[in-house]
Amino acid sequence: MSYELPHLEALEAESIHIFREVAAELERPVLLFSGGKDSIVLLRLAEKAFRPAGFPFPIMHVDTGHNFPEVIEFRDRRIAELGERLIVSHVQDSIDTGRAVEETGPRASRNRLQTVTLLDAIEEHGFDAAFGGARRDEERARAKERVFSFRDDFGQWDPKRQRPELWSLYNGAVNRGEHVRVFPISNWTELDVWRYIAIENLEVPSIYFAHRRPVFERDGMLYAHSPHVELIDDERPFELSVRYRTVGDMTCTGAVRSEASTLETVVAEIAATRITERGETRADDRVTEAAMEDRKREGYF
Amino acid sequence: MTPGVATNGHATRTQTSELLRFATAGSVDDGKSTLIGRLLFDSKQILVDQLDHVVQTSERRGDGYVNFALLTDGLRAEREQGITIDVAYRYFQTPRRKFIIADTPGHEQYTRNMVTGASTADLSVVLIDARKGVSEQTRRHVYIASLLRIPHLAVCINKMDLVGYDEAVFDRLVYEVTDWAARLEILDITFIPISALHGDNVVDRSSAMPWYDGPPLLYHLEHVCIAPDRNLADVRFPVQWVIRPMTAEHHDYRGYSGQVAGGILRPGDEVVVLPGGQRTRIAAIDTYDGEIDAAFPTMSVTLRLEDDLDVSRGDMICLADDPAVVAREFEANVCWMGERPLMPGSRYAIKHTTRSARAVVEAIEHRIDVNTLEHEHTDQLALNQIGRVRLRVSSPMLVDPYSRNRTTGSFILIDEATNDTVGAGMVVGATSVAGPTPSA
Repeated sequence: MSYELPHLEALEAESIHIFREVAAELERPVLLFSGGKDSIVLLRLAEKAFRPAGFPFPIMHVDTGHNFPEVIEFRDRRIAELGERLIVSHVQDSIDTGRAVEETGPRASRNRLQTVTLLDAIEEHGFDAAFGGARRDEERARAKERVFSFRDDFGQWDPKRQRPELWSLYNGAVNRGEHVRVFPISNWTELDVWRYIAIENLEVPSIYFAHRRPVFERDGMLYAHSPHVELIDDERPFELSVRYRTVGDMTCTGAVRSEASTLETVVAEIAATRITERGETRADDRVTEAAMEDRKREGYF
Repeated sequence: MTPGVATNGHATRTQTSELLRFATAGSVDDGKSTLIGRLLFDSKQILVDQLDHVVQTSERRGDGYVNFALLTDGLRAEREQGITIDVAYRYFQTPRRKFIIADTPGHEQYTRNMVTGASTADLSVVLIDARKGVSEQTRRHVYIASLLRIPHLAVCINKMDLVGYDEAVFDRLVYEVTDWAARLEILDITFIPISALHGDNVVDRSSAMPWYDGPPLLYHLEHVCIAPDRNLADVRFPVQWVIRPMTAEHHDYRGYSGQVAGGILRPGDEVVVLPGGQRTRIAAIDTYDGEIDAAFPTMSVTLRLEDDLDVSRGDMICLADDPAVVAREFEANVCWMGERPLMPGSRYAIKHTTRSARAVVEAIEHRIDVNTLEHEHTDQLALNQIGRVRLRVSSPMLVDPYSRNRTTGSFILIDEATNDTVGAGMVVGATSVAGPTPSA
């Protein structure tokens, strides 16, 4: 018998360890759930860390109001199956109370407004730790972020003042009003996530699989034709077989042409792709070279 | 085998590719970023949009070449200043292994970042410029690899193209490094002549150096044997979290969760719970996927015990005949990471496995000059300095020497005023023990 763990099991064990450290060391954690594949993996890892008991924290979704309806339907069903507590924070509420101002025009998105809603909810509930599904392979700034990522009482990330993170010894010490963002799947890649979903046979929202949908093309990306996005000039919706590689807002998440309709064909497609997931599907990273670093500094996911 | 082609998307539990974590240290001039770029590029791991981005940015900045450093230097400040400041993690995969690269800066003022990257590494890649030979920086990298007990060292003699691919240059540097490293504890050292810029011996074997009969770097990374590096002899299970559902269905369930830090645990084993010293047997090893018949590093599992004992987070389960040391005072090598120096009498929070307490510095035995390896008398350790320290703790720590177990031998020190992690410690040995089971 070999006493070496295959890489996906080693990653899984590391992630479970991180979940338990947070539960043990912080007083009021919350798990941020988007309905996307990464947060779906987080839910399974939390089951692995805490069953047969319940999760020692609630689950929170920041709902932009521009989510894919398939994702909201999936969210409610999945959390009910788990029997865990769901908190939904609405960006619309932040707009209604004047905490956030809606962008206007054809390129309007609530992506950035989410940060306001998220930080307000963290403060309102007094959360001192928030699990997120971010991975270091996604983006340059994230490649430098710690597993336990400290936020000051304005929710800000300061990349120059990160705590050294050694061995598997995480420092979760925070003062009142501060919190840590914790990324249990920091060391997973997109392909690891899909392989794990296949191995664990996890349900994902239907939009991850190929389906026919009216889309239109903008800046070389395919967007869903929906009431949340105004068309400009000669943009014309047309129907195409597509799937989503990432699940974000309908206003800033692009679809990819695909015929992959099963987990196995999706895994094969990801393994063969030559473009990164955020490069292919996320308009929010295209604003400037350091778009993610800048949003993270403000307190984004 | 074709290195680097990520194919095979078929997913099963039986797919057994191992995980290898390696650290690289270096600065822009010794070609570290070029080497990483080369590894990723030649193993076809850089995706089209990433490459476009690097090409465009290099052009806009007028670099005059495709600057692979832009791939790894992710922060605005790093890109502006053209230096690596912090540890960046990179991932790539071949059919044989998945790799996590901890890419760290090489200059002295970033020693703490190097130590951070080294703490989890199975292997360290050290780069030497063939023209310049062994530098102060090289010696620091090799020393840190040895101090952090990275089991494997791959010394790449880079820029061989600039010395005419001369075997004599390579041989001389191998001799120099070997001679110096003999004073350190290094378990396995391999030398590879490369040109990161041209790709010689990085992914593909070089035709320019027929005199070199070893493997290229990627082949070495894929095949170096890491299985024996973990301690499978001494059972160490730091209790991390207690599972007590208290539901009707699982009313009497009480499980002790944690990540195995050493040894192989099996149901029926007679164990001792430290620091209390109570004895019992393992009733079962639970996971979400069912009971298993053996648990070994680095599995995260839940143990059930035969007897109802008072066991909580911070306790450690060991085999009854081979417990860890219950130490009230111990000596350790400490790499100092705080802006304010460590001094005798200073107090910190200490975190060791899942156990937290307070520690006071009883004495600084010496500081280590990383270049000469000499021990210097000192009354403080400043940022990025390394020294031997004696610590007394407010409640006993359940330790092993770091040389025996990198998990149960390591700890961090936290400044309670700022909450910053200010020290990385490696236990040398206990100087005062408590409890029922002094040993080692």
